[in-house]
Amino acid sequence: MAAPRAPLHLVMPVWNRGTRGIRGLSRAVALEGSQKKGRSLLQFLADRFYDVQALREYLLQKQVLKVHQKNRFQGKEWIRSDAHGHFSLDFLKFQAVPVEAVDASGCAINYQGLDSLLALKELQSLWLQRCPHVDDWCLGRLHPLANSLQELSLAGCPRISERGLASLHHLRNLRRLDISDLPAVSNPGLTRILVEEMLPSCQVLGADWAQGLPSGPEEQSQDRASPIPA
Amino acid sequence: MLRRALQLGLGRGLLGRGLLGRGLGTHRGGSTLGKVEGSGGYRGSWVAPVSSYVTFRTRDPAHDGKTVGRLGEGDQNGKVSEIKKKIQSVLPGGAWNPPYDTSYLPPEHSDVVIVGGGVIGLSVAYWLKRLEKPRGAIRVLVVERDHTYSQASTALSVGGIRQQFSVPENIQLSLFSEYLAVVDDPPLDIQFNPSGYLLLASEKGAAVMESNVKVQRQEGAKVCLMSPEQLRNKFPWINTEGVALASYGMEYEGWFDPWCLLQGLRRKVQSMGVLFCHGEVTRFVSSSSHTETTSGEEVTLKRIHEVHVKIDRSLEYQPVECALVINAAGAWSGQIAELAGVGKGPPGTLQGTKLPVERRKRYVYLWHCPQGPGLETPFIVDASGAYFRREGLGNNYLGGCSPTEEEEPDPGNLEVDHDFFQDKVWPPLAQRVPAFETLKVRSAWAGYYDYNTFDQNGVVGPHPLVVNMYFATGFSGHGLQQAPAVGRAVAEMVLDGHFQTINLSPFHFSRFYLGEKVQEHNII
Repeated sequence: MAAPRAPLHLVMPVWNRGTRGIRGLSRAVALEGSQKKGRSLLQFLADRFYDVQALREYLLQKQVLKVHQKNRFQGKEWIRSDAHGHFSLDFLKFQAVPVEAVDASGCAINYQGLDSLLALKELQSLWLQRCPHVDDWCLGRLHPLANSLQELSLAGCPRISERGLASLHHLRNLRRLDISDLPAVSNPGLTRILVEEMLPSCQVLGADWAQGLPSGPEEQSQDRASPIPA
Repeated sequence: MLRRALQLGLGRGLLGRGLLGRGLGTHRGGSTLGKVEGSGGYRGSWVAPVSSYVTFRTRDPAHDGKTVGRLGEGDQNGKVSEIKKKIQSVLPGGAWNPPYDTSYLPPEHSDVVIVGGGVIGLSVAYWLKRLEKPRGAIRVLVVERDHTYSQASTALSVGGIRQQFSVPENIQLSLFSEYLAVVDDPPLDIQFNPSGYLLLASEKGAAVMESNVKVQRQEGAKVCLMSPEQLRNKFPWINTEGVALASYGMEYEGWFDPWCLLQGLRRKVQSMGVLFCHGEVTRFVSSSSHTETTSGEEVTLKRIHEVHVKIDRSLEYQPVECALVINAAGAWSGQIAELAGVGKGPPGTLQGTKLPVERRKRYVYLWHCPQGPGLETPFIVDASGAYFRREGLGNNYLGGCSPTEEEEPDPGNLEVDHDFFQDKVWPPLAQRVPAFETLKVRSAWAGYYDYNTFDQNGVVGPHPLVVNMYFATGFSGHGLQQAPAVGRAVAEMVLDGHFQTINLSPFHFSRFYLGEKVQEHNII
């Protein structure tokens, strides 16, 4: 969706238990141009930082919910972690900025962890690729994001089945949905058709509708048919 | 082996009595020797004391082929050594090799006996084992007479979970099943469809629905009210004529596969050390004591000491000495309660108050409708009482309707009445969802509700007079969703003496005597 930007090297502050002590190195932040509207995106880290992450996110969102109007800054797109998994202190500047997209790919976020994501009222894009603990129950919790969510990616989540996908119909503003490579979905092609019917204005990527159809003996090479245009 | 035993016995004359004592007629558990008779002591940990009824049948291979020669012989040394061997095999310290398999019998003692192995009984067993301190402190026995669960309400259930009840305790009970979402070890996949419930109300029921939703929101359920306009936007295939208001549950509502839950619970509970017995409870042996209440009235308190469990397809029974009995027998709880003496007294008194749980038959139909509603279909309950939900991905739907009191079918069997579908289920559903004008019924089945004729709510807690019988029954069609919470509540009651997580004292048995109804209006 977003054109790739140069990653920022940011250092994540490590919150000690109960204190707001920040320990970390701050490196030079490479900013790229200025944007008209402030947009800031966070990327979650590996498991062992998740609790800390959730706490930080929660505190961040408390700020965000209070002040929605301050959304202008020379901001950057994706705030990523560097090789050591650190963020810089500069993200604190973005506290007043609504979070627009979250990339939680591969993160061990689970049913309770979604609490922090659901507080993001302006979230437009959520990537939950390859999250091992996201399952049907979690999808049932996504309905508070219905007003703003436009892109959702669930590719490669091992626990999601077609039953959870049925609860996505609350997300009326969804424009892109990626449901490729879901091993627990019993009939990917049929599921994709049903999901497309359920969300008429959404482009569903992923499961090829011809998947699961038995290929006739005359078709030696599996010619994957092009998906139905949305 | 029996042949060899016969030969041995004929030679010795010991077996005559042994044969009579074992394997043929009924056991008289109350023999003069008490509970001896080799009546299924716990293999390996119990040793039946030597008595005149114990038959000596060893499997000593040295005796093969020599039996005939024993007849009438005066081989003293051989006899003595044989008798010695046999005495050793039954005395403590020796290996206990019972001559016959007793693993099908329940143990002779058990702290808690749970009558009924459906989802409620298993849930109580699970929580008892989970909350007991220290580990392994309590022996729990689950007695289930049908291991195929062919008539159990759990297996035949449509499997819905909802929080849209009118009684706050019911809402809390169902919210607790969010517990099912938490990763348990090992994780239990119950095929949950988080599609939510959609309850429709006509003009008459709109005010009640609004107040119910207020209560539900107070308890923490996420329900949203929709007008007919919004309903049409969201679900264009609904015909909103006659609908004044709709309440739609957004989270933790939907349906799941009850068989998965049942089997998962069984495995889990077995791994926690709960004992199972394939048998039927036929008798309670109890003792009474007379006391006076504070107001000077005489009451008779009963205490159950033994549960007689009759083994399936046999006349044999085993008396199980127990401290507590939990009545989780579902549709048959009324009969179990009668066995315990609940309701035997002059009507109008506490002794004479029966457990008002009886079995009611409900039909479920599965049909196919090619143009029917799609993946987003919630569990829809129409104002008329008819309901349906999507089943799978192939445009199949499950549904039914609760009959009125006058049309209650005979609960003697589980035969399905297909005319009921034509007359009572199809018309309201076809009116609500026009696509259902053309459908084809694929199959149907019937199951029992453990219907509480008093107020259609569960009975949880001990009986005031039969002091060690606890009830966990009477849920009238929503037992499956309340099972985790009820199990926990009963376990807390048993272990701590009072409810901790959810207060279920409004569901006490005494309300039947006092006449205080806890009426649940949203019964499907």
